[in-house]
Amino acid sequence: MDKYNWALPVVTFLPLAGALVMMLLPKEEEQLHKAIALLTSLATLAVGVFVFLQFDYGNGHFQFLVDRSWIEVINSRFIMGIDGLSLPLFGLTLAVVPLVIIYSWNHIPDPGNPKAFLALMLILETGMIGSFVAEDLILFFVFFEIVLLPMYFMIGVWGGPERKYASIKFFVYTLFGSALMILSFLALYQHAHTFDMRQLRELSATIAHGTQLLIFGGMFVGFGIKVPMFPFHTWLPDAHTQAPTQGSVILAAVLLKLGTYGFVRIAINILPEAAKSWAPVIAVLAVIGIIYGALGCLAQTDMKRLIAFSSVAHMGFVMLGIATLTRHGINAAMFGMVAHGLITGMLFFVAGSVKDRFHTLEIKRLGGMLIQMPKMGWILGFASMASLGLPGLAGFWGEFPAILSAYSPAAGLSVGLFRTLMVIASLGTVLAAGYLLWLYQRTAFGTPPEEFADDPHVHDVVLTEWIAWAPFLLGIVVFGVAPGLMFNVTETALKALNLGW
Amino acid sequence: MFATLLQATGAGDKLVTPEVPWSHLAPQLILVVGATVGVIAAAALRGRLRRSVGAVGAAVVAGAAIVSIIPLWHRVSNPAQGPISAVNGAIGVDRFSLFVTALLCAAVILASFTAEAYLQREGLDGPEFSLLLLLAAAGGSVMAGANDLIVMFIGIEVLSLAVYVLAAMHARRISSQESGLKYFLLGGFASAFLLYGIALTYGATGTTSLLRVQSFLAERVLTDDGLLLGGLALMLVGFAFKVGAVPFHMWTPDVYQGAPSPVTGFMAAAVKTAAFAGMLRVFVVGFASYADLWRPVVGALAIASLVVGAVMSVVQTNVKRMLAYSSIAHAGFVLLGVDAASAEGTAASLFYLAAYTAMALGTFAVVTVVGGSGDGAHTLDAYRGLGRRRPGLALAMSLFLLAQAGTPVTIGFLAKLGVIRAAIDADQWALAIVAMLTAVISTFMYLRIVVAMYFAESESESDDRGELRIPWGVGVTIGVAVIATLVLGVVPGPLEHLSDDALPVLVAVDGR
Repeated sequence: MDKYNWALPVVTFLPLAGALVMMLLPKEEEQLHKAIALLTSLATLAVGVFVFLQFDYGNGHFQFLVDRSWIEVINSRFIMGIDGLSLPLFGLTLAVVPLVIIYSWNHIPDPGNPKAFLALMLILETGMIGSFVAEDLILFFVFFEIVLLPMYFMIGVWGGPERKYASIKFFVYTLFGSALMILSFLALYQHAHTFDMRQLRELSATIAHGTQLLIFGGMFVGFGIKVPMFPFHTWLPDAHTQAPTQGSVILAAVLLKLGTYGFVRIAINILPEAAKSWAPVIAVLAVIGIIYGALGCLAQTDMKRLIAFSSVAHMGFVMLGIATLTRHGINAAMFGMVAHGLITGMLFFVAGSVKDRFHTLEIKRLGGMLIQMPKMGWILGFASMASLGLPGLAGFWGEFPAILSAYSPAAGLSVGLFRTLMVIASLGTVLAAGYLLWLYQRTAFGTPPEEFADDPHVHDVVLTEWIAWAPFLLGIVVFGVAPGLMFNVTETALKALNLGW
Repeated sequence: MFATLLQATGAGDKLVTPEVPWSHLAPQLILVVGATVGVIAAAALRGRLRRSVGAVGAAVVAGAAIVSIIPLWHRVSNPAQGPISAVNGAIGVDRFSLFVTALLCAAVILASFTAEAYLQREGLDGPEFSLLLLLAAAGGSVMAGANDLIVMFIGIEVLSLAVYVLAAMHARRISSQESGLKYFLLGGFASAFLLYGIALTYGATGTTSLLRVQSFLAERVLTDDGLLLGGLALMLVGFAFKVGAVPFHMWTPDVYQGAPSPVTGFMAAAVKTAAFAGMLRVFVVGFASYADLWRPVVGALAIASLVVGAVMSVVQTNVKRMLAYSSIAHAGFVLLGVDAASAEGTAASLFYLAAYTAMALGTFAVVTVVGGSGDGAHTLDAYRGLGRRRPGLALAMSLFLLAQAGTPVTIGFLAKLGVIRAAIDADQWALAIVAMLTAVISTFMYLRIVVAMYFAESESESDDRGELRIPWGVGVTIGVAVIATLVLGVVPGPLEHLSDDALPVLVAVDGR
């Protein structure tokens, strides 16, 4: 299988190459820049499709492995590989970026400059893909941090009125987490003398339990901020509200998953024993996040901020699944990540387009979408239904099994606690139905408000929007109808990981 | 008294001067001779030289010094020959001193290119500027190689005197005068502390030679080491002043703010490097047996520098002052490597210093350009909208700032990673955690500058400031610094191997 070991570095760095080419061209050639960005992301997708075709789905171990020396003095190696846990998120990233670029075709946010905007988007893609395929802690960290910069600039330059505050909050918050995370990585290194994720679980088994708990704690803060888990979530509503639509979509669809992926791939995988001690804490915070996020949603007056808070709640379900430390729960979490990426990404797209037409997202000023632009209204309804976990759509398979898995957590975890949490979490789904339906009612039903009734800016879904959104909608249905497509992949990988619970 | 001293050196009634293998001192000699000849030539040909001759001359001399290092490096790397010392064991020629000398020469080259543009713009004349840089580098190089505390003192004085003058070089600017005077007065105190420390150490051990101090301490246990501890403490004060570590940092913001911007860059990069080289040599090597006693003090200095540097930088509104405080925080990071008192820590410190040299010189080159005529526009407002006015300059500045913040893919990340790892391996967890957290605080400050450059409100109230010119000299400096920051950030191998090899050793053999 390793004969295709060029594939992952190519997928990772192709967007970067595209960004470099764009930097060399004058910024006046706006259409050219858009074309280059789109072609680059499509070419990346093509190589990604090749990876999907060549992937051996019966094999749970790393494939397409590359292992080269990199920073010799600290024994950090350039290791890339992909397995069933990375594959879904890898695919999600590859699919989302070209769609976002298509959406950008006539939606470049103020103050314009598609060259810089799209070049940043491609750099971001490199960082995201790299994070999902890196199998060396330092390499992972590098990509994990690369992601920060373009997003910081996207929010800071192309964002809303509070963009300065939001972008700095986003950056510093995440960096704070990273600072503790890198300390944990170095602590592992001190014991194991390698950053190779494939070897670390075995090597870290001898670390004293107390030290393991501290190391896990550092990672917990680092990944927990990224997810974001309650109480580290406060950067998210600000960042989402101020970010341009494209930024919000990528943030929701992919960036948050870096945190949950990190938990599964790194924290739990390397330190399973410490994970067991931390699991109750994670689970409790996850459930607090579910309820808090849902209540937060009910209090919002801004559509985008509401969707942002719903992310806190949804990621709570993902974290609950992970905290059960069972294959069942982690499978559900992996599914939940992709489902949330598709659904919330879609919701942010709609919010962006609504903002584009009405120049406001204040819920009480909106209304009557189904009359004024019925297609957009139906799409919003569809995505809301998916988001609240309607069976038959993707959201269901992320939420329901995650709740269910809390019924029987891994051996050694308190069954009573997890069952209590399960009950509270199911209340969260009711609340989710509440806020989403309420949002839908207030924005889509009724008659269009007077101020916008004859506004010529208000038109229905346009072609670029259709192209960008169709795959999202399709994905939500396909994964909703045939969840096995993804469960089989993650299950194989989890079996091979053999976490021993 | 004199007789006993002479007898101790094994001479009769005639003072025998040691034979000096000049070729081993080639880098220092090239720097000193280059500076001296340059000063004479400049005085003789006053007014008849083009301004850029000074910069180019200094760059050529420093380049020649770097070239002369290469054969020496190969010589001392050869296991059959090993490190050598010269002038009766007073100056060591090992890979450590050669590495530091090369770094200082590189700093001279970059700083003199920036200075060329600066002098041109400010209408200042004189190749003396660049020549003083050479002299300072010579002093720093002597410090890096000093195997004797007196030689160390000579090195630090040569370095400091040159930099005092450089800080006051902009004769028409009162703040530059103030800066020079302040640095001179406080620097004088620091030198006095250092000298007093050396005297006490001599009193305790009967020698100023680090090698003999080392063997003296290895052979006996001092029942009453108060004198020696006093000496150590005072020497530490002297070095801490030079590197700008808290609580001996008070001069840093004022001097950095007032000094001509290219000089500030040179001070941040080269003076720090030289002072840390001296510190590593004296403490980590010379007083290795007392490590248990000085390490907590260095650790405390590190924590104080990290915290004060980071926190104070955030509340500044003047970019040069921000960078001054950030340089204090950087000193704290390097102190982490010193505190580790290990080969790994020393290598990490050297790597950090090399990285900081590139980042600081690049940053201050941009500051020089933005400062504008009169070198006065250093508030955050001066940077507002730079992203639109000079996208390239703003991009380079962002890169330097993010590198200083420790962002991956830049050399700054690997530098921080190295010292933190050294601290963790030395089980200094508290230090490592404080360092990482203060790095986050510092990042906030760096981002403030980035925000000013890119996220300023779209009404272009600042666009009337006129076009900023980027002279070729500054362009060269920025270009080289960008390449170093990025390329070494992705492929750090070569530099890491060099800094790994460059461990200070004390040897008595005068090689031939």
